[in-house]
Amino acid sequence: MEAIARLVAAAADTTAADAKNTAAAASAGYAYGLAAIGPGIGIGYLVGKSVEAMARQPEAAGMVRTTMFLGIAFTEALALIGFVVFILLKFA
Amino acid sequence: MNETPSPLAMAAQGKAPEVTVSKDMIKRGFFVAPVLMLVAGVVWGLSGMWSAGVGIALVLANFGLAAALIAWAAPISLALMMGVSLFGYLIRLGLLAVAIFLLRDVSWINLPALGVTIIVTHLGLLFWEMKFIAASLAFPGLRPHE
Repeated sequence: MEAIARLVAAAADTTAADAKNTAAAASAGYAYGLAAIGPGIGIGYLVGKSVEAMARQPEAAGMVRTTMFLGIAFTEALALIGFVVFILLKFA
Repeated sequence: MNETPSPLAMAAQGKAPEVTVSKDMIKRGFFVAPVLMLVAGVVWGLSGMWSAGVGIALVLANFGLAAALIAWAAPISLALMMGVSLFGYLIRLGLLAVAIFLLRDVSWINLPALGVTIIVTHLGLLFWEMKFIAASLAFPGLRPHE
């Protein structure tokens, strides 16, 4: 009887730990996914408007491309922060 | 009537400014790398120092790849440039993820040091470059360097 009780307790412990690990992994994945959506929309909007500006004023293309590149890099920083939080939650 | 031409039929001409910007940032990255590695070494030890080096290399490669993709696509078509910018974002994040997944169990890698270095280097180099870009755009005659 005592052995069965011990086995049941061990199984309950393992299940709880597994559930916790699964939830942590899923949450980290959601965090990274959600962190990548916003910058994706932002970069799409930014590049779309830049292309529109270059089509309207080809002589300003150099300036537009410079600011566009910096804008892409700044927007991407948000995704990188999400990614770093993900790897820290998942692996550190 | 002055209609805007379709971006599908247009291409950007002239020099690729993103390559210049990216080269500037990579050059500055090499200058600050020893300092960042030293700071990471003081905080996290030897593994932190190597991780900082890897983080800086990843950030500089990311900038270089982004600039190379845009510089390749812009003279072909603006529409292709837009597609390359968006898919390039996915590809670069994917490559970064693959690099970190491959390195995560290596004994000399410290993940917190790697993560912090990636964010600090990326944002630091961008703000540093932004200062020069803002000055160049506002006062082209006072361009700090060519």
